[in-house]
Amino acid sequence: MCLAFPAKVLSVDGAVAKVSRKGVERAISLMLLPNAKVGDFVLVHAGFAMEIVDEKQADETDALLAEMNGAPRTVFSL
Amino acid sequence: MEEKKLLLEIHSLSEKLTKPVRFMEVCGTHTVSIFRHGIRQLLPKNVELVSGPGCPVCVTDDVYMDKAIAYAKRPDTIIATFGDMLKVPGSESSLEQAKTEGADIRIIYSPLDSLDIARDNPDKKVIFLAVGFETTSPTAAALTIAAKEAGISNLYLLSAQKLVPPALKTLIADKTVKVDGFILPGHVAVVTGLEPFRFLKEEHQIPAVVSGFEADEILTAITFLLNMVVNNEAKLINAYQAVVKDEGNPVARSVTEKVYEKADAAWRGMGIIPLSGLCMRDEFSSFDIEKVLPLTVKPSPKTTGCRCGDVLKGVITPFNCPLFDKTCNPENPIGPCMVSVEGVCAAYYKYGRASFSFE
Repeated sequence: MCLAFPAKVLSVDGAVAKVSRKGVERAISLMLLPNAKVGDFVLVHAGFAMEIVDEKQADETDALLAEMNGAPRTVFSL
Repeated sequence: MEEKKLLLEIHSLSEKLTKPVRFMEVCGTHTVSIFRHGIRQLLPKNVELVSGPGCPVCVTDDVYMDKAIAYAKRPDTIIATFGDMLKVPGSESSLEQAKTEGADIRIIYSPLDSLDIARDNPDKKVIFLAVGFETTSPTAAALTIAAKEAGISNLYLLSAQKLVPPALKTLIADKTVKVDGFILPGHVAVVTGLEPFRFLKEEHQIPAVVSGFEADEILTAITFLLNMVVNNEAKLINAYQAVVKDEGNPVARSVTEKVYEKADAAWRGMGIIPLSGLCMRDEFSSFDIEKVLPLTVKPSPKTTGCRCGDVLKGVITPFNCPLFDKTCNPENPIGPCMVSVEGVCAAYYKYGRASFSFE
C-alpha cells in the first residue's frame, strides 16, 4: 500500500503538478510538498508528491521496475 | 555485482555471531521485495528474517471490514477504496462479495479521486476507506481538507489509520516475539523522519536501519544490522538518504495533525494498542461517517484456525499455519495475510518455497 514511484515535475499550477514518468503524464497534488518545483524529481504516493528525491534514485527505480517487466539489466551501469 | 559483495560480507559477518539472530522487516513492500529477490533463502542459516505487521490491509480487523461492508450495502452509498481491500474477509463476507451483490464500490488510485466521485454523485454518500500507515494518513487528511475547502458535503471517511512505532513497542514487549534488529519502513520514514524510531536505540538498545526497497538496499540494511550486533552496538541508521530526510516531511505531518489526533486502535492479532491509531478531530466530524451515520456491527468471532495474528507478529511463519496452501490460498484467502499482495502469507505462497544459492 505504501508503494511509491519517482516522477519528474513538468509544470505547477497552484497545488497541482503535472508529472511525467517514462512518458506517461498525470496530475498529482502538491498539498504535502508545496516547495516542489518544475524539474524536480518527486516521490509520488497515492497521487501526492511526498518528497523530493535525487535524479539518480529516480533512474535506479525506473531501471529496476523496467527489469522486473523483462527489460535487460541496466541498473549497474547507471 | 554489488549484491554479491554484500552477500559475501553478510556471510563473513555471520561467522562472528555467537548466537542466531532474527531481524524483522516491518513493511509489506519490504517483505515482497525480499521474497522476489530470494534474499531470505540466500542468507546464512544463523541470520533469519521475519516479517512484521507492516501491511495495512492485513492488520485491519474484522470489525472495520464488517462496518465497511455494512456501509457498502446501503443503497445510498458509494464506497471508494484502494483495490487491495476488496478481498479482505470480514466475519461473514467481503467487499468483493458485496460488490457482486450490487453494492457500488469504486477502486481508486488516489484518495483525491473520491472527490470527483462525490461531485458526480451528489445524491449519494461517498465513503473513502482510509486505511494505512503514516505514509497514507497525510493523503487522507489532505482529502478531508480539500473536501472542506471545496464545500463538498457528501464525502466521508471510514478511517482506521495506524501508527507503526506503537506497534513496534508492543512487539518488543511481547515475550513470544524475539527480534534483534529492525529494517524500518522507508516510505513511512519519508513522512515521520527518524525521531519516532529513536526509542528503539534509546530505550531498548535494538539496532534499526531505515531501508529502501531494492535488493542492494535491503542487503545493505542487513549488513548494517549485523555489524551492529557483532560489535554489540545499537544505532538508528538512515540508509535511504536519497529519499528519506532525517526530519521527514513536516508539511505532511502538520496536514495529518490538523485532521487527526492519536487514539487507541485495534490491530488484527495484536488487539487494542494504546495510541497506535488516528481518529478524526471533532472539527472534522462532519466528514467522519462513523459520527454522521453511526452503525454497530455484531461481533461474530470466527473459528477458522487462521493464524494471521501470529504471522503478523513474526511468532510463526506461514508454513506453521495448518491452513496455509491447503484451504487458504490466494484464490480462496481465509485470512488477510493471504489477500493482499503485500501480505506475508501471499508472499510465502508465491515465492517462499524456491531455494537459491550463490557462488
